[in-house]
Amino acid sequence: MSNRKYRVTMLIGCLAFIATAVALVLIAFEDSVVFFFTPTELQSKQINPERRIRVGGLVEDGSTQRGPSDAEIRFKVTDGNTSLTIRYIGILPDLFREGQGVVAQGYLHNAVFQADEVLAKHDETYMPRNLATAIK
Amino acid sequence: MHYPSNMNRFFCIANAILPIFCVVSAGMFPVGLYYALIESPADYLQGDTVRIMYVHVPAAWGAMICYLIMATASATFLIWNHPLADLVARAAAPIGASFTLIALVTGSFWGQPVWGTGWVWDARLTSVLILFFLYLGYIALVNAFEDPDRGGRSGAVLALVGAINVPIIKFSVDWWNTLHQSSSLLRIHGPSIAPEMLLPLLLMGCAYFSLFVVMMILRLRGLYAGRLLRQMRMAATSR
Repeated sequence: MSNRKYRVTMLIGCLAFIATAVALVLIAFEDSVVFFFTPTELQSKQINPERRIRVGGLVEDGSTQRGPSDAEIRFKVTDGNTSLTIRYIGILPDLFREGQGVVAQGYLHNAVFQADEVLAKHDETYMPRNLATAIK
Repeated sequence: MHYPSNMNRFFCIANAILPIFCVVSAGMFPVGLYYALIESPADYLQGDTVRIMYVHVPAAWGAMICYLIMATASATFLIWNHPLADLVARAAAPIGASFTLIALVTGSFWGQPVWGTGWVWDARLTSVLILFFLYLGYIALVNAFEDPDRGGRSGAVLALVGAINVPIIKFSVDWWNTLHQSSSLLRIHGPSIAPEMLLPLLLMGCAYFSLFVVMMILRLRGLYAGRLLRQMRMAATSR
């Protein structure tokens, strides 16, 4: 084996080894790498009510309700299969819309998610306003 | 040698294309920015905030492509010992670090109004921050040695190990749930961005690319001149 061939083999071998190690670590820590859980994922997991988690999905159409005080809001987040009621007191981001993505952070108590932070998550679609109204 | 090792020939070509890319870059930025900031429409959801994309996305492309160039050059240097490959990797590092910083900062400016936060530790944002630290680590490492050959070799190993991060950045938005949206351009069913918004994005991409070529050639010239100077100094002291 020539010197150069040896170097190429060593290089590829080492990189493949490190890549495998990184992949295994990322798979093992998947629950920490994901930014949020979907409502369906939450159902299949036993989440400690003391643990602060994030849940994400689309705001269900027609599910937004104002609470007794004006700052309190309830809405449902859905991933298509399961939906979860979220209770939040505070200011919503400007891009909060029904049918749009949202990520809420807080605690899960008896099937109601008590959020202390709500972030808007927009998708990868970009289009001008007049086109958007034309589609609707 | 598998590649032309003649440095003079390389710099002849580089010097010939430098003015072309200077002109292209100087022309593309005003045109691209005009289309991005004035001519293109506001987004249906985000309004005028979407215009940050035209600065943010090409910088992020540049950050990743620059790293791929650096990693390829590092592999070439380790395997074929080609001195030009070492110079290419060294020249690309600070440019890539600048692109990454631009992407991080403009992304934060974009996230603040749109998401409601300037920073979150999701997979995309965190992996890009790691990319920035890889660039800084590479720059620090290659300059930490008295002997540039040893510095280049150590840096090349770091650059290659860090290359694993590039596919993680690219596919982070598909592999895991992230706050960052997924790619609008490389999708199975075609781009999900309106043509009149795609045009300024591509124009800005060309502008960034031509600027990258200009900076690359200028840095390569400087680094090569430094090498020649060092050789001359060593020859003078050993005499």
